[in-house]
Amino acid sequence: MEKTISIHLKIWRQRGPKAKGAFETYHLDHVSTDSSFLEMLDMLNEQLVGSGKEPVVFDHDCREGICGMCSLYINGHPHGPDEDITTCQLHMRKFKDGETITIEPWRSHGFPIIRDLMVDRTAFDKIIQAGGYVSINTGGIPDANAIPISKVKADEAMDAASCIGCGACVAACKNGSAMLFVSAKVSQLALLPQGQVEAARRAKSMVAKMDELGFGNCTNTGACEAECPKNISITNIARLNREFLAAKFQD
Amino acid sequence: MGLFIFNSSIGRKLIMSISGLALILFLLFHSIMNIFVIFSPEIYDAICKFLGANWYALIATMGLAFLFVVHIVYAFWLSLQNYIARGKERYAVKKNAPGVDWASQNMLVLGAIVLGFIALHLFNFWYKMQLQELLAKLNGEVLHVEGAALVQELFASPVYCLLYIVWLVALWFHLTHGFWSALHSLGGSNTVWLPRIKVISNIFSTVIVLLFMAIPVYYLIINLLG
Repeated sequence: MEKTISIHLKIWRQRGPKAKGAFETYHLDHVSTDSSFLEMLDMLNEQLVGSGKEPVVFDHDCREGICGMCSLYINGHPHGPDEDITTCQLHMRKFKDGETITIEPWRSHGFPIIRDLMVDRTAFDKIIQAGGYVSINTGGIPDANAIPISKVKADEAMDAASCIGCGACVAACKNGSAMLFVSAKVSQLALLPQGQVEAARRAKSMVAKMDELGFGNCTNTGACEAECPKNISITNIARLNREFLAAKFQD
Repeated sequence: MGLFIFNSSIGRKLIMSISGLALILFLLFHSIMNIFVIFSPEIYDAICKFLGANWYALIATMGLAFLFVVHIVYAFWLSLQNYIARGKERYAVKKNAPGVDWASQNMLVLGAIVLGFIALHLFNFWYKMQLQELLAKLNGEVLHVEGAALVQELFASPVYCLLYIVWLVALWFHLTHGFWSALHSLGGSNTVWLPRIKVISNIFSTVIVLLFMAIPVYYLIINLLG
């Protein structure tokens, strides 16, 4: 038997980047506990459109936790109260009947609001671009085991590579720092032999771009790691610091 | 190359880490020297004399003052940048993530408390000791202030004992985050060593603070027992 709940929603509405925003409250009945959080927002938008109002704008794409497009700061946590998932993987069974759910956009100088709950995260793309290309000597057809990589390093590189660039780390950080994101992107290449040729240049230019775009300075609070839907470790930040400082002292 | 300690976030953290670690080293020496005031006031006074108005002690004092200034200036600079980076609008509902230390989110406030008490502490001791000896020396006189007597005199007041204990609690919180965080910012951390440096940081901070705290607690107890 399907269980349904009634909820109150407190949602940030803002017409545009320069407009002044405010919270608006909505009420939603018959929300199935089996539905996902974004399906619940779809329900709300259908209700709003049906009554001739503007729907709530929010980012979403794959809805299976791998694209990094969904965001939302739900009840004081990026990607909601559940751990290690993105907003699209959050289900309404995590909420109680009659509960008030507060939904805010990512708030950070580096991520200006486009409209309502949608923020501009192109800053992350710019940081990635600043990292530049990776040289790979293809030569002939390489043997699969010709480049030995230890299991430990391969695992750490893969863990770092699981970052989907959603920006929850920046949203969670009291300093608005993007260090967890940048450190994951630097680490996934720094750990592997394929990434060595441009390693120093990459660390320097990605950090420079991050600073230029107005992200804060890391103070190692660890909020990013705790809220990261992909469990990226802050030890990547220590690796980025090593890579960056080594590159600077080489100059 | 050198400019990166001003214009890059990791460079600024490097300065914060190095100055912080140097200050922790100072605290370690200071706490070990202090403890003699309980066991042997004579040795304590000898240390006071050794670190009085001598050229090496004065150079060290100036170096130390420089470290404090750098650490404090960078702290305010970084905090201001971080405040701006957080954006104009604040979250209406903000809950702390599990595993985030309270101290790590309040380093500036804790630092400000520590700084306020340092001012009091300098007035209580440095002003009456090294500065007076220095002024005497400039007048061609030789003065050796007996530190142990000053300590006894100050901590005869239970209010001062309690004030110093509160100060040291704030210092403990500041150090438990600051020590491992400095090592982490210098890159000295990985999946194996991160939990280890956190434990080392907690033990080290606790030992330093207990050494300092032993003195006001000791005088509080002996004064209460009459």
